[in-house]
Amino acid sequence: MIELKDVSKTFTLHNQGSAVIEVISNVSFAVAPGECVALTGASGAGKSTLMRMIYGNYLTQTGEICIDGLNIVQAKPRDIIKLRRDVLGYVSQFLRVVPRVPTLDVVAEPLRALAVPADEAQARAKALLTQLNIPERLWSLSPTTFSGGEQQRVNITRGFAHTYPAMLLDEPTASLDAANREVVLSLIEDAKARGAAIIGIFHDEAARSRVCDREIDVGRFTPGMAA
Amino acid sequence: MTPLLSVQGIAKRYGAHIGCADVSFDLYPGEVMGIVGESGSGKSTLLNCMAGHLVPDAGQVVFDTRTDGPRDTITMSEPERRMLGRTDWAFVHQHARDGLRMGVSAGGNVGERLMAVGERNYGDIRDKATDWLGRVEIDASRVDDRPTTFSGGMQQRLQIARNLVTGPRLVFMDEPTGGLDVSVQARLLDLLRGLVRDMGLSAIIVTHDLAVVRLLADRLMVMKSGRVVEAGLTDQVLDDPQHAYSQLLVSSVLQV
Repeated sequence: MIELKDVSKTFTLHNQGSAVIEVISNVSFAVAPGECVALTGASGAGKSTLMRMIYGNYLTQTGEICIDGLNIVQAKPRDIIKLRRDVLGYVSQFLRVVPRVPTLDVVAEPLRALAVPADEAQARAKALLTQLNIPERLWSLSPTTFSGGEQQRVNITRGFAHTYPAMLLDEPTASLDAANREVVLSLIEDAKARGAAIIGIFHDEAARSRVCDREIDVGRFTPGMAA
Repeated sequence: MTPLLSVQGIAKRYGAHIGCADVSFDLYPGEVMGIVGESGSGKSTLLNCMAGHLVPDAGQVVFDTRTDGPRDTITMSEPERRMLGRTDWAFVHQHARDGLRMGVSAGGNVGERLMAVGERNYGDIRDKATDWLGRVEIDASRVDDRPTTFSGGMQQRLQIARNLVTGPRLVFMDEPTGGLDVSVQARLLDLLRGLVRDMGLSAIIVTHDLAVVRLLADRLMVMKSGRVVEAGLTDQVLDDPQHAYSQLLVSSVLQV
């Protein structure tokens, strides 16, 4: 479902003396449907960078990243937009929304983009918000004023609203209490059961060993950091 | 799939000075494209060339018309281009005053575009105008007031209503949120995003506000000295800019 071949990435900082920073070199691995793979490595090893490259958020200089048959390194913007809408979900660590938009609409939006009728999308959003213990009185408010943990949960509900065949999860259980962590882990298990290919970053070791089938140490691919 | 708008090699000079040069891109139905760059980088020149307000020195602007398929709008006749400007195209000016008739009531401003495409029943026109004022969150009781009595944010929303009432397929926007205070901006962004999604609009938005393009645009072009220096997915260009100028632009934004 997700396949990386000889992927490398450098950042060139033109305005800081044209410094060239090699972040990752020659990464190759594949994730099959129903499989969850954890990216591990020390802080700064390039876990999030690699994840952002797979999402097409960061540009990849060399190699191939194929998701559902589309090589996103070469793909046109509109093909990546379509891939993100239909196939590839991403739960980032931060919630980025238009101010003033109610939480319910924020969560329902990925479904609305797939032309799911408004009432059906809202029903799904309500079910997920209930599952993640976001009190109903907050649904009509914009999540911009919520606490960090609440924002993270809204972000997760949004990421799980559509049943994406491929998902990227950047620390989905960070800043969650035990009960909510449990809900998120069961959502991940459900996604695996329905055949989603998942790549995750988990600092929470217990969570990692519970949902992940394999670990990939990103430190191996980091120039200057490999042991 | 046929692009809704296909721009090929647009160039415009002001004497020896380059307004814009070598701009080419395709825009597909439902896509929103942002154009950013400092003032004087050629963003507005490009927008005006595409929208038929300026005649470019070179290039084609091919629009997929409803009746005749793809046509070059630069070589089509003036009446045809004007008709397009009233039906499938809309242009939202930075200053609402440039896009409104200040001496005519709010309802009249919206109704005028309907009459230009052949609507004649006063009752229907007034109903549609009132409906659109509601959609852009202007109270129906203000329908007979002139825009001179409106605040800047209301004028901008009225301009948007006037433009969208005829169900255009492509909207050109020149700094639509410029000069508005941030709370009004947020409201306008929310409104525009909803309209783009529900009406399946395509839009080209010129702005210098990177936060606006991040929220509204699928794709982004960065311009400098009349040329496109970088183009791609909006979040990719903003989070991992490749060109020196894009990096400078992104790193210069003040964090709130």
